[in-house]
Amino acid sequence: MIRSATLLLGSTGRAVLNAIGAIGAVALFAAQTIGQIARPPFYWREFVSACITIGYFSLPVVGLTALFTGGALALQIYAGGARFNAEAVVPSIVAIGMVRELGPVLGGLMVAARVASSIAAEIGTMKVTEQIDALVTLSTNPMKYLTVPRVLAATLTVPVLVLIGDIIGIMGGYLVGTSRLGFNAAAYLQNTADFLEFWDIASGLVKGAVFGFIVALMGCYFGMTSGRGAQGVGAATKAAVVAASVLILAANYILTEAFFTA
Amino acid sequence: MIRLKNVHKAFGNNAVLNGVDLHVPKGESMVIIGGSGTGKSVTLKCILGLVKPDIGTITVADKDIKDGDRDALLSRFGMLFQGGALFDSMPVWQNIAFRLVQSGVSTDEARALAIEKLRRVGLKPDVADRFPAELSGGMQKRVGLARAIAADPEIIFFDEPTTGLDPIMAGVINDLIREIVVEMGATAMTITHDMSSVRAIADRVAMLHDGTIKWTGTVTEMDTTGDPYVHQFINGLSEGPIAAIR
Ligand SMILES: Nc1ncnc2c1ncn2[C@@H]1O[C@H](COP(=O)(O)OP(=O)(O)OP(=O)(O)O)[C@@H](O)[C@H]1O
Ligand SMILES: [Mg+2]
Repeated sequence: MIRSATLLLGSTGRAVLNAIGAIGAVALFAAQTIGQIARPPFYWREFVSACITIGYFSLPVVGLTALFTGGALALQIYAGGARFNAEAVVPSIVAIGMVRELGPVLGGLMVAARVASSIAAEIGTMKVTEQIDALVTLSTNPMKYLTVPRVLAATLTVPVLVLIGDIIGIMGGYLVGTSRLGFNAAAYLQNTADFLEFWDIASGLVKGAVFGFIVALMGCYFGMTSGRGAQGVGAATKAAVVAASVLILAANYILTEAFFTA
Repeated sequence: MIRLKNVHKAFGNNAVLNGVDLHVPKGESMVIIGGSGTGKSVTLKCILGLVKPDIGTITVADKDIKDGDRDALLSRFGMLFQGGALFDSMPVWQNIAFRLVQSGVSTDEARALAIEKLRRVGLKPDVADRFPAELSGGMQKRVGLARAIAADPEIIFFDEPTTGLDPIMAGVINDLIREIVVEMGATAMTITHDMSSVRAIADRVAMLHDGTIKWTGTVTEMDTTGDPYVHQFINGLSEGPIAAIR
């Protein structure tokens, strides 16, 4: 009895210690990345190509996600609003829901699935095939050459993706609202514009930047610390996506709390 | 030039190096032989600082590798990795000219130099624009070799340069390594299992076994030594002090 209790305590303690160790390692990695950003050299070519793969190539998936979400949101709010004769709120609630919450969160999660995995797999493969060691022997700092461009690119391009997603999501609501729910086109747009505030949009973009940072950081961290062999890379990829997704949701709550409760 | 003193390294409870002592004078070609998994590659990685020894000191030109500017130190080295370690995201010529491109040499100049190095390792210029994944294993190895020598380093490490090459190509590579040491005065450390390669390129040979250097000497001494480890190894005998199962 006492023995099994100590065993349980021991394993719980170990798990907690491991978790704390992992958080510490990730925090250190983040601090190192930020510390390296300002220090030359800066690899422009890597940065531009990261912007293209992370930002530009994520456009279709983020756009489609936003379009369908905006449409579904309009249907739901219409049905919910009908219960207390408030169908007229559809345009403004769709807009606010999209730009403050769903645009950044769903956009961030889609980017996590697409980008955190591919970064972790790419860097993990480089790790296990000694390409990272080769970089070092060629006097190139892997943090500067691989991590900084990707993290910076994601931090800067995900807000742009979120903004585009916002517009497409509102358009999705508009299309459903005008074609299925009988809204007047001009009135729908007017209503959206009237109720949307600058900070609604800006807060969503700040979230986007934080989520972009998280996604690329997780991809790089798990790639760089990948175990050996194909199995190591597979585990790193999975861990990167899971960690990025969970951290996005947690950060979203914290940011929402910070932005909108005062 | 390179001196290892009492270097120990363990991965978890797998003790790989147990006090390696080795000295490679400037301009000499040292070949390390030893069974598979004895820590030859780990030894080179320790010198490059890619693996941190648990105990022991390593000096290059009488300076501890832990002190001073690491990038400046590494710019004196060239390394051919056992697995090639080519950057698969870029074409062959950019791999070879990586250091030059990073240090600001123009694209045309870097490309021309890469093609020249390709020729030296017996590859045609049209390989320059292919990607590493499109090359055969032996071709990848030679591209890795071209990358290692591209910036004319003072110290060059070759981890199994001729493994996976046909005998003619292996001869070409042996001659190339010899030429780099003799003509450019480079200091070289080569790991190989290929005894013809040992004879072609070694000034001195060191035998690594059980985590320590068991024997060092010249090629002639290697053939006449009474050391049972060396005798078993160079003659490929299954009977002897080195167990066949490791
Ligand atoms: N990064 C690492 N993590 C854990 N163990 C390692 C690592 N690198 C090497 N080892 C272990 O160190 C030992 C020596 O490896 P090393 O690659 O130096 O062998 P080697 O002498 O080069 O063999 P080969 O001739 O087959 O290339 C092996 O048991 C290997 O499993
Ligand atoms: Mg090896």
